[in-house]
Amino acid sequence: MNAPVPSPKLYDCRDAFAATLERLAAEDETIVAVCNDSVGSSKLGGFKEKFPERLVNVGIAEQNMIGVAAGLANGGRLPYVCAAAPFLTGRSLEQVKADISYSNANVKLVGISSGMAYGELGPTHHSIEDFAWMRVLPNLPVIAPCDRIETAAAVEWAASYAGPCFLRLSRVGVPDLLPEGHKFELGKANLLREGSDVTLIANGTLTHRMMKAAEILAERGIHARVLNLATVRPIDEAAIIAAANETGAIVTAEEHSVFGGLGSAVAEVVVDHAPVPMKRLGVPGIFAPTGSAEFLLDEFGMAPSAIADAAEALIRRKAA
Amino acid sequence: MEIGELERMARQIRLRDLQAVYEAGAGHIGGEMSVIDVLTALYFRVLRLWPDQPKNPARDRFVLSKGHTACALYVTLAKRGFIPEEEISTFLKPYSRLNGHPNCNKVPGVETNTGPLGHGLPVAVGMAKAAQLSGADYHTYVITGDGEMQEGSNWEAIMAAAQFKLNNLTLIIDHNRFQQGASLSDTNDIAPLRPKLEAFGWEVTEIDGNKMSEVVPALEFRGDRPHCIVAHTNKGHGISFMQDRVDWHHKVPNKEQYEIAVAELSEALS
Repeated sequence: MNAPVPSPKLYDCRDAFAATLERLAAEDETIVAVCNDSVGSSKLGGFKEKFPERLVNVGIAEQNMIGVAAGLANGGRLPYVCAAAPFLTGRSLEQVKADISYSNANVKLVGISSGMAYGELGPTHHSIEDFAWMRVLPNLPVIAPCDRIETAAAVEWAASYAGPCFLRLSRVGVPDLLPEGHKFELGKANLLREGSDVTLIANGTLTHRMMKAAEILAERGIHARVLNLATVRPIDEAAIIAAANETGAIVTAEEHSVFGGLGSAVAEVVVDHAPVPMKRLGVPGIFAPTGSAEFLLDEFGMAPSAIADAAEALIRRKAA
Repeated sequence: MEIGELERMARQIRLRDLQAVYEAGAGHIGGEMSVIDVLTALYFRVLRLWPDQPKNPARDRFVLSKGHTACALYVTLAKRGFIPEEEISTFLKPYSRLNGHPNCNKVPGVETNTGPLGHGLPVAVGMAKAAQLSGADYHTYVITGDGEMQEGSNWEAIMAAAQFKLNNLTLIIDHNRFQQGASLSDTNDIAPLRPKLEAFGWEVTEIDGNKMSEVVPALEFRGDRPHCIVAHTNKGHGISFMQDRVDWHHKVPNKEQYEIAVAELSEALS
């Protein structure tokens, strides 16, 4: 089953996030948006216009932002915290741990402009540690949608899920990959392309690069399976084990450090259940040089052709 | 409860807290003794609550941000009927739900998990903001330590409370003048607290926080701004040799000290 050829048009997933949140808020008066002066960067302008009382802007104060959100949930509100991912996760990590995760507060954390979306602004504004920081915390699903369709579906799912979660969104344009009307299922990988020689696993802004890499591999006579693994925790162990058993090699790619992120999460399942050769692509444990997100992804070996080369090299290891 | 009954209840809570810390061999007895009068007034007079319905949406909210004094909260919750009194003897024991810092998913009556300092006040601001948004008429109370006010997150929350005009929020600062390692003044002297809170737009009341006749009216006060009570207290209050001694932050009494303390608190009760 092959997914349709991706449309060349690129979409900023923040638009799907904002439109969905506004639609949900119109139906559910308990929904509030909590932000740290991030109305513009979170695309909350429409929400502010429609529901001015329900935009809780704490100013530039991320620790307080998370605590306030936990208190709002205690008081029966349904908060979506919308802030740049590096500050939402890094600045207020202990608040996320104690007030949200450990307290199991029904708060939706939405990290905007994650990964290296703020490319040229430099490593202070990159959020390439957030999978690692968030996925060690109990009670906290970690989700990185791959396109505007999955973003809208995940934002809608979050409202009906009785507990906290972390949605990791980007501002970098991505094509449509999932069919219109797609429903988000927590902890369920999406098979985007069938294949038996190797499996390519990604989420967020990397999934469409994996699809292009699979096309390149197909031209070389290699059949690559592509899994979109939006949910990093709880992870789809069955899909990963099946990929290992059926294709014998796994390549992961992520807009994150290679330490502790998607590739690490996949590798944990692989070593426990079905050891096969793996290649984990990502930021190699350094602070990135200056450049746009797209430039940096290419620079770190995640251009589609480089992913294809890595997959080919991995397949050779499998045969050895 | 009237003032005299509250004073008697506070002494009983002190006595049970002392026994629990002595038997567990750990605890934060100094800060527990300083805060017990405020806790007693809240749970036996001021808070609107239903021990058999700990999640009733109309309940007043209370957050013990100085979560290390959890034992005093547990004893108070037990005396008020939230948990069985005999459960206090499990404090800090394996698999007890009464660990060193309160857990809202295990202990009825606890609203949010505290322990790391500087967390409770932001959460309380969110609770009060939720009531403002929904029109609920519950009131939110939060107790911090005075040393805890060195955490920057508190001042973020203090600014937000003033900006949101939260007249349904009361912060009690347990101003016992000592933190873990030394006096407040020798560490990071943020006293006097009143002018700082006033500068941030709060209404401030200063009381003797170990004097029930001052504690009760301060807690029952309602104004048009967020309200801070600077409660001047004594660390180790009620036990002569602990009073205002920094080493009683988390020291455990030996047998002889325990007996003296029990005798002092019992004498005050009779």
